[in-house]
Parts: sequence; C-alpha cells; structure tokens
Amino acid sequence: MANANATDGSAPEALDPERLVWMYTQMYRIREFEERVKSTFTEHPGILRGHTHLADGAEASIVGSVAALAPGDQIVTTYRCHGYPIALGTDTKRMMAEIYGKEGGLCGGLGGSMHLYDVDRGFLGGSGIVAQAIPHATGAAWAAQIRRQGQVVVCFFGDGASKQGAFHESLNIASLWKLPIVYVMENNRYQASTRTDQEDANAASGEPLSTKAKAYSMEGVTVDGADPVAVHATLADALARARSGTGPTLVESLVYRLSAHGNLIAPPGVPLNYPEHEAIAIFGNRDEYEAALRGDPVPRFRHQLVTEGTLSAADADAIEQAAREEIDEAQRFALDSPWPAPDSGLAYVYA
Amino acid sequence: MSHVIPYIAAIQEAIREEMERDERVLYFGQNMATSPEDPFLKQFGPDRVRVTPISETAEIGMATGAAVAGYRPVVELYMAEFLLVATDQVVNEGTRFHFMSKGAVSVPMVMVAGYGFTAGWAGQHTGSIYGMFMGVPGLKVALPSTPADAKGLMTTAIRDDNPVLFFQNYLLLLEEGEVPDGEHAVPFGVADVKRSGSDLTLVATGYAVHTALGAAESLARRGVSVEVIDPRTIAPLDVDTILSSVARTGHLVLVDQATRHSSVAAVIAAEVAELGFSSLEAPISMVTALDSSIAYSKPVEEFVLPDEHKVVRAVEASLGLAPASS
Repeated sequence: MANANATDGSAPEALDPERLVWMYTQMYRIREFEERVKSTFTEHPGILRGHTHLADGAEASIVGSVAALAPGDQIVTTYRCHGYPIALGTDTKRMMAEIYGKEGGLCGGLGGSMHLYDVDRGFLGGSGIVAQAIPHATGAAWAAQIRRQGQVVVCFFGDGASKQGAFHESLNIASLWKLPIVYVMENNRYQASTRTDQEDANAASGEPLSTKAKAYSMEGVTVDGADPVAVHATLADALARARSGTGPTLVESLVYRLSAHGNLIAPPGVPLNYPEHEAIAIFGNRDEYEAALRGDPVPRFRHQLVTEGTLSAADADAIEQAAREEIDEAQRFALDSPWPAPDSGLAYVYA
Repeated sequence: MSHVIPYIAAIQEAIREEMERDERVLYFGQNMATSPEDPFLKQFGPDRVRVTPISETAEIGMATGAAVAGYRPVVELYMAEFLLVATDQVVNEGTRFHFMSKGAVSVPMVMVAGYGFTAGWAGQHTGSIYGMFMGVPGLKVALPSTPADAKGLMTTAIRDDNPVLFFQNYLLLLEEGEVPDGEHAVPFGVADVKRSGSDLTLVATGYAVHTALGAAESLARRGVSVEVIDPRTIAPLDVDTILSSVARTGHLVLVDQATRHSSVAAVIAAEVAELGFSSLEAPISMVTALDSSIAYSKPVEEFVLPDEHKVVRAVEASLGLAPASS
C-alpha cells in the first residue's frame, strides 16, 4: 500500500476553517448516529440484541484523532466502536444495518455492534474483550515498521483496559521496538460501573493515567478530550513521532461518557433499554453528570466555531439537518434490509 | 420447606450463607461492591468483599495465592470468556499445587463465570466453553441448570478444597425455581434424573437441560417416554447414572450447547461407547451447536444452536420413529 502523504515528522499544519467545519460535521454525525441507536431500543423494541456501547461524549476525541491520520494509517478499537468508522467515511447505512443484525450490514449481521470492520478505510476492527485488541494494534504497527512506508497505527481503548496485562506487555514491546503506534486511552472516568479511582492506582493517587507511559520509557500526555483541536494537535505530534521512528506515545484523552456503559444486560424476554448513567444510578452523583452535560463537546465545539466566525449558525444548522437526514436514511435502510440467510453462520468459519 | 427464587438469587444466597458460616470466604471481582450500599459490602466489610480492576490474571492468581494462604476466595468473573484472558491461572497453576506438593498445599477457590449468552451477544461473549475445562486434573467444574442445583452446587463449591469452576448460564439468571430452605449442598459427581423415562436416555448439560426437557415433554404427548439426566458437575462426571439409564433404555441422545468436539456430549459418548456398548440398540446421537462462532443476528444464531426440534428429530432417528407431522 502506497502512502503519498507520509510525512517526515515535521510539525503538523494548523487546521484550516474547512477542516474545522469537517470536524464538527463528523462529530455531529456520530452523535446523531448514536442517538438513533439509543432510541431504537424504545422505538423499535427487539431489533437490538446483546450489548451496545455508545460513543456519545467522546466525539471530539474520536474526530480530533481521526483528523490527524494520514492516508494509509490504520486504527484498532474496542467494542465501543461506532464513532471511528463514521469519521473515516464508512457508510452509515451499512453500519446501522450491522447493528440491526441485517444482511445489508458491514458484516452481514454476523458481527453486530461490538464487531465492526472496514479494512479498506484502515479500520482493522477491535475486540469485544477489554484490552485484547491492544496487542493486535501493536502487531499491525510492527507490520507497518516492516513495510517502511511511513504508516502509523492508532490504538483506541478505555481507561479500564490499562489494568490488563495485554496493555502493559504491548506498551513495553512497542517502546522497546520503537513501533509506529499511538495509544489513545479514552479515559471516560468509569470502567463500566466502577469509578476510575476505585480501580486505578494512578487515579487513586491523583495522578494522570498517562503516568503509565513512564514505566515503558515512552512519551505520555494527557489532553482535554472534549476539545477536538487540542486532541488533533496532540495526535499530530504523536503521529509525527511514530512516523519518524522515534517511538510510541500514550495519549490519555479525558472524556465523559454521556450514556451508561451499555444497554441493560438481561436474558431474552426482558425489554432492553439504556439505564441511567452510573454516576447517578450507582453513586447518586447527579451534579457530576449534569456538569458533564453542560460540557458536552458537540454543542461546545459548535459554539466555539460560531463564536470565532468559522461557521455561521445557519451553516451549522444545515450540517445538523443533513446529518439527521443521513441517519434517517441509514435507519430506513437498516429496517428494510432483509435478515441474513441462517446458514451464513457456517460460511465464514475458515478463510 | 422451600422458597421460590431466581437462579441468580440462589447463587447469591449460597455465597452469602457460606460467608456467614465461614469467615475465610472472600468474594471479589470486577464491577461489584462499588457502592457503600452494596449488600455484601455492608454485611461483610471491605476486607472480604472487594471490587477489582479488569485484571483477570491477577484476580484468579490472587485467589490462588489467598487460598494457599488459608482463605476460601470466590472470584466473580461474569463472562466465561474472561477466563480465557487468564487461562494459565485457570488450568495450570492452582490446579497443580496439591499434586506437585504431595498434598502439602491445597487451593480452595471458586471461579464464577457466566456462559452461553445467546441473546445477541455475538462472537466473543456467547460461548459454551465449559467442555474445554473438564479434562484438567485438579479442577472441578459445576454446571447447574436449576436454582436449587445452583445454590447447592455453589455451597459445595465453596466448601470444596480444590479449585472449582462454577458456570452459570446467562439465559437462566432470572428463571425461578424452588430452593430448599436452610442449608442445601448438592454433592459433586452425582447426576440428577430431571425426568424419568423408559424408551430413551437424554443427557443434557446446563442450559441444554431445558431444551431436553422441552423435547421430552413434546415426545411424551406422542407416547414416547424419555429420561432426562443432568450430570450437574462435568468434573467429576457421574458416568454410572448414565450407564444404568442406558442399560434400561438402550438408546442415548446427548444435548449440549457447546460445539461438537469441545462438548461434554463427546466425552459422555466415548464413555458409553466403551463402558455401555452392549446396552446400546442404536448409535449414540449428539445434538450440539454446529462448529461455528455465534453470530449477532438472531436467525443465524438460532441456526447453529441445538433446539427442541433438533432433539426430537434425533430421538425419532434413534428410536426409528416416523418424524412428527408438524
């Protein structure tokens, strides 16, 4: 794979207005998509099965990261994986159809919400098991190092994953081998229903989670994940380091997950829905949650762009209207798509 | 006397009662006891009830170490696949200690793991992977199908001086059933005849027990008398009860939600083929999941799983009956 945009590691260019508007557009599309997935539980009961995890609250971090990628770069994610392919340009119709378990889905309904793939756009997939894709991303970075075409892998995961051996083993090897990889830990403050300070030694000590990078002699940085421009600048630096062969970076991106960890976990027959956020449901901390809503990165970035004069309110409205129409169409496609053939369950066991 | 509670409540009841009875019992795992209102935390305190990070290797390894040091830990792992992250600790550490130390060390610990969440949990959270642990010397494996067995097997698991894998089924968590009042321990290695019959023996494990019972009920309406046996623990495995049933019926069909070659069914088939061959009037039949991963989409998920219809067809074939007209 050729990579015309491989850089020499020099400082990244500033974002131009067009790119900033593109970033807002992607953030809004992700939010609209996730809101539609969520409302499906009540508007089309029974369509969504299993466990679905939403990216609302992480849009700025996702889009700021993806905006910094060069053609040919690749990403690996977790099961909270709807946002990245939207920013990469994956067809939202096929994404929604996959989440609805339909034949027209990205993976023909075999994978579902937790197992999306779009290899042609550089999305190599992820894992449904916490942290287990971190070594996959590291292996893809090793492949990029061998190819010597200047490509970098960005590995997305959550704060909870950084307590797994897979995380620590991978970071050590990546630093030791100077692999072209950027580890983006989206610290959304909760590991499922556990507060980060209940399960992370750095957090309990009042230190950032990027402190973990020190153990592996790699760069570690913490960024405001609600600010897409700050995330972009941080990723651009980290990608340049990775591309130049200097080594990997651990980026801790501070976000706040605005929905609960996932939908209700229940056997068949129990209607699935989205429970209240853990901050309220478990810890009774409504103030924290309401503060997070006030800091919602999507309206925050719109306000910033409109205030700065980068985007008119009318144009912002038009972007949002277009996103709603796109997701309307994605949902119609998903609802109308046929169910997959039952025996497709035997068709892809071996390559 | 008995009381009616859901399967999951029966398991919790056993853990609570054993923690009350024996202060050496510890209970810990991910995403539990995070709030001061947690009932286990309130009753037993933060020394004995703790939330852990997502660190299965450490969780299971620490249970092993605490067991060696005199405690009786119960590790809540939630999903069976999370065991796989720490496979060495599950199969190749605590399981070996008693043997390697010539009995000087024992490792009384329970690993609780849910399996078979075939409700759209897709490729990595739906496996019926108990079979791969049943041949590990030093490891006991419990697989309850009812609330009463769930409580009784958990009680026995906590009292056992060996590592025990306790597999709970996700689809059964809210199924209610009668549980005996007071102390209730179900011995390991003793199968339970869930339904008596004379024409054919169905042996089923865990969730598949309910599939088998459903099939037996519909066959009864056609005058076919099917016996349903639930081994309840697959290590140790009560082969004798199965052999004596097959000696009476001459026909054996095995039902298992695991894939064919990693199923309990395959092991039972081998045992009966060797030890009960002369009783058999027809080939043993295995109704298992097809050899594939589980899809997210419902029609594809259903296609690969055993169901009552597939069991009925296997019974008809074994007995030489004409298929039901439906």
